[in-house]
Amino acid sequence: MRHLLVKDLRILRRSPLLVGLLVVYPLVVALLIGFALTRGPEKPRVALANEVPATASTINLGGEEIDIGDYAQRLFASVEPVEVDTREEAVELVRSGDVLGALVIPEDATRRLQEAVNLGSVGGDPPQVEVIVNTQGPLQGTFVDSLIQTQLLQANTALSERATQAAAEYLDILLSGGSFTLLGQSIDILGLQRSVQVLEGVRQSLPEDDPQREAIEQVQNFAQLAVDNLDFSDEILSTINSPVQVETTRLEAGTATLDDFTIAVAVSVSLMFVCLLLAAGMLALEREENAFGRLVRGLVSRLGVVVEKLGLAALCGGAVGAIMLVGLAVFLDLDFARAPAWLAALALASLAFGALGVLVGALARDVRAASLLAFLLSLPLAFLALVPPGAVTGVVGTVIEVVSAVFPFAPTLEAVQAAIAGDALLAPLVHLAILLVAFTALARLALTRFGASG
Amino acid sequence: MTASATATQAPAIAARAVSRRFGDRQALREVTFEALPGELVAIIGPNGAGKTTLLSILGGLQKPSGGEVSRSPREVGWVPQQTAIYAKLTVRENLALFARLEKVDDPAGAVGRALELTGLHERADDVLSELSGGNRQRVNIAVGLLADPPVLLLDEPSSALDPRQRERLWTFITGLVEGGRTTVLWSTHDVGEAERHADRVLVLADGELLFTGSPQALHAEVGGTERDFEAAFVRFLHERGH
Repeated sequence: MRHLLVKDLRILRRSPLLVGLLVVYPLVVALLIGFALTRGPEKPRVALANEVPATASTINLGGEEIDIGDYAQRLFASVEPVEVDTREEAVELVRSGDVLGALVIPEDATRRLQEAVNLGSVGGDPPQVEVIVNTQGPLQGTFVDSLIQTQLLQANTALSERATQAAAEYLDILLSGGSFTLLGQSIDILGLQRSVQVLEGVRQSLPEDDPQREAIEQVQNFAQLAVDNLDFSDEILSTINSPVQVETTRLEAGTATLDDFTIAVAVSVSLMFVCLLLAAGMLALEREENAFGRLVRGLVSRLGVVVEKLGLAALCGGAVGAIMLVGLAVFLDLDFARAPAWLAALALASLAFGALGVLVGALARDVRAASLLAFLLSLPLAFLALVPPGAVTGVVGTVIEVVSAVFPFAPTLEAVQAAIAGDALLAPLVHLAILLVAFTALARLALTRFGASG
Repeated sequence: MTASATATQAPAIAARAVSRRFGDRQALREVTFEALPGELVAIIGPNGAGKTTLLSILGGLQKPSGGEVSRSPREVGWVPQQTAIYAKLTVRENLALFARLEKVDDPAGAVGRALELTGLHERADDVLSELSGGNRQRVNIAVGLLADPPVLLLDEPSSALDPRQRERLWTFITGLVEGGRTTVLWSTHDVGEAERHADRVLVLADGELLFTGSPQALHAEVGGTERDFEAAFVRFLHERGH
């Protein structure tokens, strides 16, 4: 047994490629999973268009001046803000992809917020900020949207605390009496406790027919104010809950939903496995059966072999994808009118995956090696393509984007999703066509390198 | 050699100064020879002599670094050492597939003739994986003959066969050359087999063609005193520095 172990270790030592794969593959997968699960998103770039004039950036809450700019800064604790002057500039940056999203604080934000928290201005709309995202897919849109919404929620919570304090002060005035400022005028409030005392004094000291008009008027005013304030309570609570409203604008976004995305993932993964494994396995089988040399000795060209294998894989993969989509369409109410777009996406995606599979098959000596290689290649590629753009930035983010772009999974996902949702399909189809040509050429080259010995 | 093969006939296939280099290694050094119609030619030599390389070039699987071959690959039947047919297809399906790929005029007729030739009519609908090694090799050879090529190249055709299968294989191959229609060149390590079946042997060593002639001539080349052809072959190589 010891001798067997020594023999196997010796063989492994003499197989640097295998050992390298055994070490590198789990490391790469572990790193990818680690990035996704444990590493918080790095700060994505978000444009800020604060259109509130510098002279009107404060509101009064319970007699205290609050600078809204301080709260805006809290929004950007988790993003890298790119300050711009206007909404149009922000939109342009989002469109160009320089920033992942934008936040627009409109000119009247502080006025509306002040009105919303003022008892005397009930009835106005709360301030509304605008979140602008340029989504390439619902996952990315959800990521950007939720990131900014989370930050807004935190800012809203901070404002709510201040509004709650102000409301408590108003309630204290209603209870104990005092004064508050409304529209520049100081108003004295008797307060419920004192009004009870006044009423009691009036009741005991005055004859029943002696009108003490002034005291009665005070009581009447207070009563009226109390009634009015009770009417305000809903709005006050609303203001405290959510002082700032958010409107999300999606630029050039598709109409794909998360359901569409989920279906696209399922179809793309199936296509990938069917096409890669089939194309790689069938080409490797030609070599394993020693028939490749016989075929390319004038019966079929090497390019002909490549085209036949990727065509077979595409046919089978496309059929599997079509069956899946039809099945899902029955349950999930997909629009059958888009079937031609489905077929176009499935066809090019299958061909691109098939071409990659043929390349894998050309690099492997036998079916088992080809299948293993195809499988090992598939999982990280799919995983990388599912990382939302912008979720990881810096060098790692760039590497993920490049790797996703040079393999067919990401464009397949985009194409199938667009086909299901009825979005623009041309760009992902062109992307897939380019990959098809590139991988076909590489596969042909690989077959030349390995010659006809198989 | 059959009676029809004479020195005045046009060669069935000829190699002229064929060379092949793999990086720094010279696998073939200006090999020149001719094979006549109906001739059985054995290519023998030690390991690494260039036997398979020469056959590969004659069959069009590799391009020579220098020199030329008189026939195009489409005119030459090629039978690799390992069976190059599909294990999950039946005998008939394999033959039909390659007949169509060869673009023969009558694929069904070619398949019928191949089945006749191999004596595998009864096994025509068996999948290859169910056949013995000898029968698989017969199908393998039959595929090489589908287009009725004037020259058939076999790379160590009997290396994986037991003696009985080898004997049946040679009955089959010698049947091919009868009448002078087909010329057969084969590479082998088994010099005894070459002595028994070859009209002529080509002795290769280190890519160089050292001898071409009948087995008897090779025997005579080393004095004719060796106990058998194999001993004469080893002595010949030794005398030539190999």
